[in-house]
Amino acid sequence: MLDRLINEIPRFFQYYTILLLWQAMATTLGMAVIGCTMGFAFGFVLVCLRQLTGWVFLPVRIVTIVYVDLFRRVPFLVILYLVLFFIQAVNPNASLLSIAVIGICILSIAYTAEIIRAGFESVPRQQIEAATVMNFNRLQILRSVIIPQAWPVILPPAFAYMVGFIKDTALVSQIGVLELTSAGKILNNRGFSALLVFGTILVLYFVLSYPLSRLGAFAEARLAPPRNR
Amino acid sequence: MNYTFQFGVALAQLPVLLSAALVTLELAFLAFWGGALIGVAGATAKTYGGPALRRLASAYVVFFTNTPALLQIYFIYYGLPEFGVLIPAFIAVVLGLMLNAGAYLTEIMRAGFISVRRQEVEAAETLGMSLFQMVRYVIVPHIAKTIYPSLANFFILLVLGSSMGAIFSVNELTGTAIDISTENYRWLEMFLLVGVIYIALTFIASVSLALIGRFAFRVKAKVF
Amino acid sequence: MHHLEIASLGCRYGKLEVLRNVSLTVAKGEVVSLIGPSGSGKSTLLRVLMGLTPPTRGEVKIDGETIDYGSSRCVRTVRERMAIVFQQYNLFQNMDVLRNVTIAPVKIKRRPRPEVEADAKRILAKVGLSDKHHAYPDELSGGQQQRVAIARALALKPEILLLDEVTSALDPELVNEVLDTIRGLAADGMTMLIVSHEMAFVREVASRVVMMDNGQVIEEGSPRQIFDAPTSERCREFVGKILRH
Repeated sequence: MLDRLINEIPRFFQYYTILLLWQAMATTLGMAVIGCTMGFAFGFVLVCLRQLTGWVFLPVRIVTIVYVDLFRRVPFLVILYLVLFFIQAVNPNASLLSIAVIGICILSIAYTAEIIRAGFESVPRQQIEAATVMNFNRLQILRSVIIPQAWPVILPPAFAYMVGFIKDTALVSQIGVLELTSAGKILNNRGFSALLVFGTILVLYFVLSYPLSRLGAFAEARLAPPRNR
Repeated sequence: MNYTFQFGVALAQLPVLLSAALVTLELAFLAFWGGALIGVAGATAKTYGGPALRRLASAYVVFFTNTPALLQIYFIYYGLPEFGVLIPAFIAVVLGLMLNAGAYLTEIMRAGFISVRRQEVEAAETLGMSLFQMVRYVIVPHIAKTIYPSLANFFILLVLGSSMGAIFSVNELTGTAIDISTENYRWLEMFLLVGVIYIALTFIASVSLALIGRFAFRVKAKVF
Repeated sequence: MHHLEIASLGCRYGKLEVLRNVSLTVAKGEVVSLIGPSGSGKSTLLRVLMGLTPPTRGEVKIDGETIDYGSSRCVRTVRERMAIVFQQYNLFQNMDVLRNVTIAPVKIKRRPRPEVEADAKRILAKVGLSDKHHAYPDELSGGQQQRVAIARALALKPEILLLDEVTSALDPELVNEVLDTIRGLAADGMTMLIVSHEMAFVREVASRVVMMDNGQVIEEGSPRQIFDAPTSERCREFVGKILRH
């Protein structure tokens, strides 16, 4: 068994394999970056919409709450299949990669919105009252008081989420996007040892994700005091 | 889009899907309890173990939390046969989820271990409690109360995560939906229905866990 | 004419009647002190005045003008004329002292920054914090934080200053520095409505004392009257209890 492994290694680490893995890793990273960026942008908008008061905005508030709560109760795999078949029904020519990215964004918006909301809610009510009695409007309160005080609370779980998110993208291998996991399946099908292939892929995921989780731990330690400058 | 929804066809499969949902819960339960055992062992090693044991537990946690659960299952399912160990897909999925959950639960449990304050232990000592009594009446309830919300949350994540079983042809909820859809071609309807079942399932789980938490540990867990 | 006039004000949270029927007046330059057991509605009264809690009945007039707490425009003008200092200071944790004091005049009232900063520095000197312009709230003692909070309120140039138990959260040795600041304001002729449990201070600085209990005004009069010769049984009981320790 071990002999076979050792025999395979030179054949495995050849130009072609390395190129495939490199491209796959770039795709994985790219999807994670797009997903997180979109997640934070739209998640932030969603949370801000949720802060609107008055009955006029009740439907808006309900939509944001329902979106965030429902999509966090459906497995990513199911979301992916839904997006796949829905988009293929609308536009049969849509690329698999774009479908995967849309699925990723739907998921990440829901989860990041929840992280951002928890951060916003960690700001004491009295801080908001103090601003209110000085005639700050809601936007000014958000900008001057809530966001500066919330981001140290948001950042550590946000990093943890991003780390998790790189791993979540592994599931898009199921709808046929060529990223790290599918590269592993391809190489395994070519006859390379599963131990060698999936072991390598595991290490590559680790290489992507570990620095980010260290950064998250560092951010958490740095931001532990309640204040930020 | 000119797609005619035919929910009747999907709804006819509801009984099959519901029994598949039980398999989903089974997977989640097995992974959770297996993971919890690993978690207790890992947290004990990390908190009270010697340097070697601590390093081993840390390495386990770091590796398993920084790689995808899906890949861990691949490694087990396709890798173990190369050692001559053939295991059924269901076992491989449970094992993979369990090892993955164990890493996260180690961290959750450790947070609970650390939260036990010295004063509380000292107070118990001055009351003349034996070690067993102290663990039983002071330490365990304290830890349980501290980590319960995280545990409840993690269980929900495992219910969702168990859908990875579908990739290994385990007939849990998602896998069954894929099987049926390949026969009746009503993918969208089937997956919409499956989504609703997952929402219902996790919602019921959240509510029951919140109730259990309230009565057993006096934890005010939020359902949403 | 009274500067501030409160007439049969009522406020309820659900079934709980926090304010039943409160009437009181404050003239220009007067220091009116609200005393009474906790839960008697003193703080709620201040919150209602600032538009943080809506009143359920009654009316509030400033210079004879009735305030409509349902209209946000009207509430804005009220907040321009009155400022409040809270028990827990509520300084913005993410801003240094100077920014805490200047943010509202600059950003909300749109006054030129140099002018506001000069003003703020003058006020901070008055409350004895000239050396703390760039300190953050969590680097200050409670007493210092509370003086910054007073400076922040003063920078808004309010006609009436509301003080809500501003020394209750402080360690005993820090109480006096805050009380001294308020004494100074009273000497300058600042109109104030003060909720306080510091009876000796109230006696010294208040021109009028209003005793509240159970959401109602029980008795009002000069400090002498209230502390030395209260007429109502409830007031005598409360004052007796407080003065005994």
